[in-house]
Amino acid sequence: MSTDSTKLAFNDGWQYAPAPESIDHIQIDDHYGLFINGEFVAPEIDRYFESLNPATEKPLSNIALASEKDVDRAVKAARKAYTGVWSKMSGADRGKYLFRIARIMQECARELATIESLDGGKPIRESRDIDIPLAAAHFFYYAGWADKLEYAFPARTPVSLGVVGQIIPWNFPLLMAAWKIAPALACGNTVVLKPAETTSLTAMKLAEVFRDAGLPPGVVNIVTGAGPTGAAIVNHPDVNKVAFTGSTEVGKIIQRSLAGTDKKYTLELGGKAANVIFADAAIDDAVEGIVNGIFFNQGHVCCAGSRLLVQESVADEVVRKLRDRMETLIIGDPLDKNTDIGAINSAGQLETIESYLSIGQAEGAEMYQSDCSVPDQGYWCRPTIFTGVSQSNRIVQEEIFGPVLAIQTFRTLEEGLTKANNTPYGLSGGVWTDKGSKVFKMTQKIRAGVIWANTFNKFDPTSPFGGYKESGVGREGGMHGLGAYLKLEA
Amino acid sequence: MAETRIPVAKTYKIYLGGKFPRTESGRYFPLNAADGTVIANMCRGSRKDFRNSVVAARSAFAGWSASTAYLRGQILYRIAEMLEGRNEQFVSELVLQGASKRKAVKEVEASIDRLIYYAGWSDKYQQIFSSVNPVSSSHFNFSVLEPTGVVGILAPENSSLLGLVSNIAPVIVGGNTCVVLASESLPLCAISFAEVLHASDVPGGVVNLLTGFKDELRDQFASHMDVNAVVFCDGDAEISKIIQEKAADNVKHVISRRDQDWSSEMSQNPYLISETQETKTTWHPIGS
Repeated sequence: MSTDSTKLAFNDGWQYAPAPESIDHIQIDDHYGLFINGEFVAPEIDRYFESLNPATEKPLSNIALASEKDVDRAVKAARKAYTGVWSKMSGADRGKYLFRIARIMQECARELATIESLDGGKPIRESRDIDIPLAAAHFFYYAGWADKLEYAFPARTPVSLGVVGQIIPWNFPLLMAAWKIAPALACGNTVVLKPAETTSLTAMKLAEVFRDAGLPPGVVNIVTGAGPTGAAIVNHPDVNKVAFTGSTEVGKIIQRSLAGTDKKYTLELGGKAANVIFADAAIDDAVEGIVNGIFFNQGHVCCAGSRLLVQESVADEVVRKLRDRMETLIIGDPLDKNTDIGAINSAGQLETIESYLSIGQAEGAEMYQSDCSVPDQGYWCRPTIFTGVSQSNRIVQEEIFGPVLAIQTFRTLEEGLTKANNTPYGLSGGVWTDKGSKVFKMTQKIRAGVIWANTFNKFDPTSPFGGYKESGVGREGGMHGLGAYLKLEA
Repeated sequence: MAETRIPVAKTYKIYLGGKFPRTESGRYFPLNAADGTVIANMCRGSRKDFRNSVVAARSAFAGWSASTAYLRGQILYRIAEMLEGRNEQFVSELVLQGASKRKAVKEVEASIDRLIYYAGWSDKYQQIFSSVNPVSSSHFNFSVLEPTGVVGILAPENSSLLGLVSNIAPVIVGGNTCVVLASESLPLCAISFAEVLHASDVPGGVVNLLTGFKDELRDQFASHMDVNAVVFCDGDAEISKIIQEKAADNVKHVISRRDQDWSSEMSQNPYLISETQETKTTWHPIGS
């Protein structure tokens, strides 16, 4: 592949004045307890863990570590709220609470966005324009369903499940909480939620929102901690449903441990999406789509377009333009409004990504990283692409969850399709072509739950999301997302 | 000696294109309390007012119908918030028009909840009424709803606020714009509701509210060539027939909502939205 590049010297010649979001308007407590039965309580055993700012490696707050007993307390509170209040309440009234929560989130949006970027490392532009508004929109959307459930399931009577346990990842902390909590509550369930251990802060702020909205105590309980806390939720005998978003590896463990129980579950797991560029695509748009597909949120996206499949006749042009575009990406302070790529979420994740960079090179692929400078402190990874990779390479088959793109070529539609479908995953996919009929051919044949045509990484509360194959079970979002939180009686 | 403050009485005007003009005709009709005292001089809207309203509704249609479902939902929710804040004003107007306090409170609360109900439908009715059609050829074929356009609404005579809200909300949540003739005998709430709309980011012209005489204006609602649908809530069989005949001039949708109990929850449903929608089907080839 030709590597001629008309490189743009953004890093030296073009300096942006820093435009950092101020943090004087936010309130982060020194310690956060567990949110059980409507109030923050100390964990049974006095253990706390630090939540770090991944851009500075400095601690932001201390988060309670929930034990099995704490989880039991939370489940009991959820059960009591379910039996005593929430399952008896009319759908319209449940909806009013959810609308109120959405409104308060909109009011606090700037604070929530700032904390999300501080705690998780994502660029403020993304948390401000995507994560937080979408999270509020999810509450708004499902609020409206609360009194309309019978319209979604003709000739069936939708009935709530009871207490649902929800475990969410660190890549979209508040948004994932909203994806999980809003439909569960709209359908009449109560919740025990565990945020990821590196990103608990916005979940704690969300608990404050619930409290301020007057949500009855126990309807949502938030327990913080790591894997063992999550396992305690999954294995609790009084939990009726488990919703998990995270790695395929953990998803399989959860599916096994639920075997033989009556618990319902939905699993939203890993991905290795192919972003397929045909020769007749609008190439400049496609390059933007590739960048958005893999560098959005540092590539910490289960549906990221982490495999680029480009038709051979335009491969040189696409790669050249992609490399040029990569040079313009600004990596650094997540709170700076100029920043395109923020901090890697944790030291552990950075290690994982770096090990894949070594694996890719050891397998014989050619690695290219943009020239941009990175700060001294914090966890960073330059935008990276690999060319000369083959289908069996680990960087093609395995989810890296970082800003790392594996590039392959294809000649015919069928070859592109075969390569696109040749991984164990099936979460999402992208198609770039000027020809509508080809779009629909591809969307018909790609074995994945979400396909973006001439766009990528678009999300909306009305649109279902979830994967085929080892990318998961069930759908979240939209009307289809309701089914995960209901049983349908005749 | 204690001075008694002289209250300032409100002038009730019409709501047209986002403004509150008087009727162009300069005419009025008195609204009397049970004891015969005059509560207000209402505008006796003219056919010209109606035509001007249709022009305003038509110009607002492009923007409103293109706005996102999410935005329309937010705006309907905002209307409910504003109405909740003015709760007492509407209760006192209903009482002034002869309702008991208890009934008035109930009517205002039901009106707020009805707005919330339809706010919730904004981004959902499409999901329950649309379809992907499995045609027997290599085509992706789908049908979606689109708003029909400008809707004329002859609001129910016996329900000053709830009946009005129950008919406006499903029409505008679906992206239509409308011209409404308020209840002739209970017109106060309609004009105050226009003020609520005005304070809720509803673009001017999306809802136009007239007061006046049904017998004078009804035919215009039915026959106007730039109105796409007419909703009427009262009238006997003969009036129905006249409306339907006149509607045929430009093949309007005619929607009769006579004898509805607007206080019942049965009178809120997504079919009230779909009644003022068109179905559009698109065929698209699948292939390489």
